[in-house]
Amino acid sequence: MTLAAAANENLAHTSNVLIYSSMAVYLLAFFANMAEWIFGSRSKVGRTAAALTGKAGAAAAAGAAPAVTVQQKNGGTAVLERPQVVTRAAAGARDVPDGPGASGGDEQGDLYGRIAISLTALGFLVELVGVVTRALSVERAPWGNMYEFNITFSTVAVGVYLALLALKKNVRWLGLPLVTTVLLDLGLAVTVLYTASDQLVPALHSYWLYIHVSTAIFCGAVFYVGAVGTILYLFKDSYENKLASGGKPGRFATSVMERLPASQSLDKFSYRVNAAVFPLWTFTIIAGAIWAGDAWGRYWGWDPKETWSFITWVAYAAYLHARATAGWKGRKAAYLALIAFACWIFNYYGVNIFVTGKHSYAGV
Amino acid sequence: MSKTTNDRKPAEQESAASAEATELEAASQLSTAPTEDRAPTLPKLGVIGWVRWFWRQLTSMRVALILLFLLSLGAIPGSLIPQTGTDPLKVEDFEKAHTTLSPIYEKLGLFHVYSSVWFSAIYILLFVSLIGCIVPRTWQFVGQLRGRAPAAPKRLTRLPAYATWRTEAAPDDVRAAALTILKKRRYRSHVAGDAVAAEKGYLREAGNLIFHIALIVMLIAFAWGQLFKSEGGKLIVEGDGGFSNTLSMYDDFKSGSLFDTDTDLAPFSFQLDKFVGTYERNGPNKGTPRTYRADVTYSEGTDGKDKKTSIEVNKPLEIDGTKVYLNGHGYAPTVTVRDGKGKIVSRQSVALLPMDSNVTSSGAIKVMDGYRDKNGKKEQLGFNAFFVPTFAGSGKGDMFSQFPALDFPVLALSAYHGSLGVDSGIPQNVYQLDTSKMKKFKDSKGELLKKRLLPGETMKLPNGAGSITFEKDVKEWASFQITHQPGDGWALTGAVAAIFGLAGSLFIQRRRVWVRAVRGADGVTVVEMAGLGRSESAKLPEELGHLVDQLHTEAPSAPETPDSSTAVPAAEGAEK
Ligand code: HEM
Repeated sequence: MTLAAAANENLAHTSNVLIYSSMAVYLLAFFANMAEWIFGSRSKVGRTAAALTGKAGAAAAAGAAPAVTVQQKNGGTAVLERPQVVTRAAAGARDVPDGPGASGGDEQGDLYGRIAISLTALGFLVELVGVVTRALSVERAPWGNMYEFNITFSTVAVGVYLALLALKKNVRWLGLPLVTTVLLDLGLAVTVLYTASDQLVPALHSYWLYIHVSTAIFCGAVFYVGAVGTILYLFKDSYENKLASGGKPGRFATSVMERLPASQSLDKFSYRVNAAVFPLWTFTIIAGAIWAGDAWGRYWGWDPKETWSFITWVAYAAYLHARATAGWKGRKAAYLALIAFACWIFNYYGVNIFVTGKHSYAGV
Repeated sequence: MSKTTNDRKPAEQESAASAEATELEAASQLSTAPTEDRAPTLPKLGVIGWVRWFWRQLTSMRVALILLFLLSLGAIPGSLIPQTGTDPLKVEDFEKAHTTLSPIYEKLGLFHVYSSVWFSAIYILLFVSLIGCIVPRTWQFVGQLRGRAPAAPKRLTRLPAYATWRTEAAPDDVRAAALTILKKRRYRSHVAGDAVAAEKGYLREAGNLIFHIALIVMLIAFAWGQLFKSEGGKLIVEGDGGFSNTLSMYDDFKSGSLFDTDTDLAPFSFQLDKFVGTYERNGPNKGTPRTYRADVTYSEGTDGKDKKTSIEVNKPLEIDGTKVYLNGHGYAPTVTVRDGKGKIVSRQSVALLPMDSNVTSSGAIKVMDGYRDKNGKKEQLGFNAFFVPTFAGSGKGDMFSQFPALDFPVLALSAYHGSLGVDSGIPQNVYQLDTSKMKKFKDSKGELLKKRLLPGETMKLPNGAGSITFEKDVKEWASFQITHQPGDGWALTGAVAAIFGLAGSLFIQRRRVWVRAVRGADGVTVVEMAGLGRSESAKLPEELGHLVDQLHTEAPSAPETPDSSTAVPAAEGAEK
C-alpha cells in the first residue's frame, strides 16, 4: 500500500469517529429538546382555545414601531412614535396566535431549549468535519454511495435548521423532530449503509455531478424541513378544528399543540420552504439531464431515477397549483406536499435499493 | 369604525362578509389565475354549449391540478416495470417469467409507458389545458400592464396591513409626497380620487407566464428532437481507417421519422489514435475503471484540417451539432496468418467482444481471401478466438481474465478451414464463426486444433497448411455512439427560461399599496395607508412599515389632542 493510501485510510477512520461523535452529541441534543418540552408542559397556555372560542380577542400582531426623529420648524427635534402597522389575517381565515414554543415560557424549559440548540450546533460542526474528512479521504465529493449521501443529507438538514434560527425565524419547534430523524438517518447510515471509502467509476467524474448531486441533497434537506412543517400543520389544524367545533382534545395533545405555532403559520412556513427550493429542484433535474447527456448520450431516458425525479417535480408542481386553487388550499394541499416528499424519499431509498438503473452507484 | 378587528360579534359578521367582497375586488387582478366557478353547472345548450363547457373545465386550475397529479401517477409504472425503450432484454425475461400478466401489460402499453396512448393522452391534455390557460392570461396581463392599479377600496382598515395617523400637512401635499415616495420605490402609482393607488411586482406574473410558456417550448423541442434525431454506433480499432459520417460507415443506425439520411448527416470524419484505460489496482474495488480516454484525430467538413482531441466518458466530441460519445472499449489482438509457403496472407487486428468486467473477450478471426492450401486450392480460414488481458497463469484456472489491463495477455485459438459462408447473402455476425461449412484442423490426436498463445508465439497448422502468429502489439478498440439531436438548444433555452420564470413567479410578490389623505372634521388631515398582497406574503407589513416611515417624516403626526386618539385605530393593534 502506498503512503497516500495509508493517509487516506487514516482520514476515513477519523471521519468514522467524527460521525459517531456527532451522533453522541445529537443524542444529548435530543435529551435537551425533550427536557425543554417536558419542562414546558408545566406552563398553562390556552391562547388557541381562547382565540377560537372568542373569549379574549387577541389582537393581530403589530409591526415593530421604531421611534422616528423629526426636525421641527423651530430647530428643535421631537421624537415621534411612528404609526403602527396593524396586520390582520386574510378574510375568512382563522386568526389564531402562535404558541409560545416548546418551553411554554418556562424559564428552565427555555434554558434546556437553548442548550439543545447549542448541542445541535456542536453536533452539526462535528458532523460537518466528519463529512469533509470523508471527502478528503476519497479525494472527491462525499456522495458516491448511500452512506455518504446520508451523512451529507443530515448535515445539510441540520444546517438549514440552524441557518433559519440564525435568520431569527421562528423555527425552534423544529428542533425535536429534526434531531430525532437525524439520529435515525445516521443510525441507518452507520449500520446498514456503511461502505468503505472508494472512488468513482468514470461516468461519475463530471462537474455536473457536483452541481447535480449537491443541489439534490440540499433540496432534499429543505423539502424535509418543509415536510416536518406540513405534518405539524396537519396535527395543529385538526386540533384547532376540534376546538372550533367545541371538542375538547386530550391533555397531552393540548399541552403539545398549544405550544406550537398556529396552523396558519405552520402552513405558510412549509409553503415558503417548499416554494423556495422548487426552482432549485427544477434546476437539479435539468443539471442531471445535462450530465446524462454528456455521460450517456441522451439527456432524458426515463431511467428509474430520472422518472422519480420527474414524478417528485410534478407532485410539487401539483402542490403549488393546489395552493393557488380554491377548494384545494389547506389540508388537501398539505397531503399533496406529503405525497411529493414521499416521492422524493422513494427516489432516494426505494429506487437505489429496489430498482436497478443506470444510476446504481458503487455499492448501495 | 369598530375598535377590535378580530372579535367577531354576530353583528359584525355581516360587515365582515361585505368587507371580504371589497377585499376580493381589490385583489381581483393580483394574479391572472382563473377564478373557479365553485359548482360547475352542466350546460343545457347542445353541442356548442358542451364544447364550451368542456373547454372551460379543461382550462380550469382544478383540472390542471388533476392532470398534473395523473401525470406523476402515470409515470410510476414505467419505473417499476421493465421498458422496451431502455432495456428490451429485461422485458423479454419478464415476459418469460410472467406468462399470464405479460399479455395484459402488453395491451395496456405498460412495457412502453412513456409512448403509450394513455400516457400521451394525459400530457397532451395537460398541454392543451396549458395553452388554453396561457393565452387568455397573457392578454389579461398585457391589459393589466397597460392599465393602472385599481382605486382604493372604501374601507382600508379591512386590508391585511394598515396604518393611520393624523398630520397637519395638507391632503394634497401628503398625496404628492406619497406619490414621489412610491415612484422612487418603483411602484406604478397614480392619484385616484382622494388616494394614491400603487402596485408593484408585475414580474411575478410575467415570470409565471414565462415559466408556463417555457414548458411548452421544452415539449416542442423534445418532440422535434425525437423526429429529427439520428443515432448510431461505430467500433474503431486503434490506428485503423476510422470513420466518416455516412450511413454505410455505421455498424448500426436508427433515426427519427423525419430524418433524411442522405442530407442530414453532418460531414466529418475521425479516427482513433489511441485508447487509454486505467484501473484501480488495489482495494475492494480492484479492477474498477478509473479513466477511459480515446485520443482521436478528426476533421470537420468533407476535407477539413486534421485536429487532435480526446473523448472521455463525460466529454463527447461535438462537431457541427453532432456529438460523438465514447461508450465502450475492448481489445483487438493482432494476428498474422501465413500459408504453407510462409507467405503472409493476412495481418489484422481483430476486435473481440468483452464478456465480463475484466475484459475476458471472444470473437472470430476470418481470413476471407488470399489463402491457398498446400495444393494451391483457394480456401477460407476461420479461428475462434478467446482472449484475456491478464491470465491467471498456466495451471491456475481457465481462460478468464483476472484484471482488465494488459498485464499478461493470452490468446486462445481453435482453427477451421473451408467456407466462411460470407457469400451466402445472409448478414453475418463478425464476432461469430459459422462453422457449418467448415472443417476442423486436427491435432495429432485427431482433436480440434487449439492452442493458447503468448504474444509473439505461433500456432502451426497441421500438414504444412500454414501458421497463425499472435503479434506482440495488442491494440485496443473503442466504440462510439454518434448522435445528432436537434432541438437541444431550444430545450436548454426553455429549461433556463423555466427556472428564471419560476424564480420570478415564486420569489416576487405582487402587491398594492394605497395612501388615502382626507381632511377630518377638525381640520387635521387623516392619513391612512394600507397594503394588500397574497396571503403568503410576510414581507407586506414590513414593507408598508418602511413606506409609513418615509411618508411619516414628510407628514409628521399632529400633536396629540385629548380627543384625537379616537381616530387612531392603530393603537388597538399595539397590544403585543
Ligand atoms: C405542464 C404542467 C404544468 C406545470 C409543471 C405547472 C407548474 C406550475 C408551478 C410550479 C406554479 C407555481 C408558481 C406560482 O405559484 O406562482 C404554477 C402556477 C400556476 N399555474 Fe401552472 N403548471 C402547469 C400547467 C398549468 C396549466 C394547464 C394551467 C392552467 C389551467 C396552469 C395555471 C397556473 C396558474 C394560473 C398559476 C399561478 C397561480 C398563482 O397565481 O398563484 N398551469 N404552475
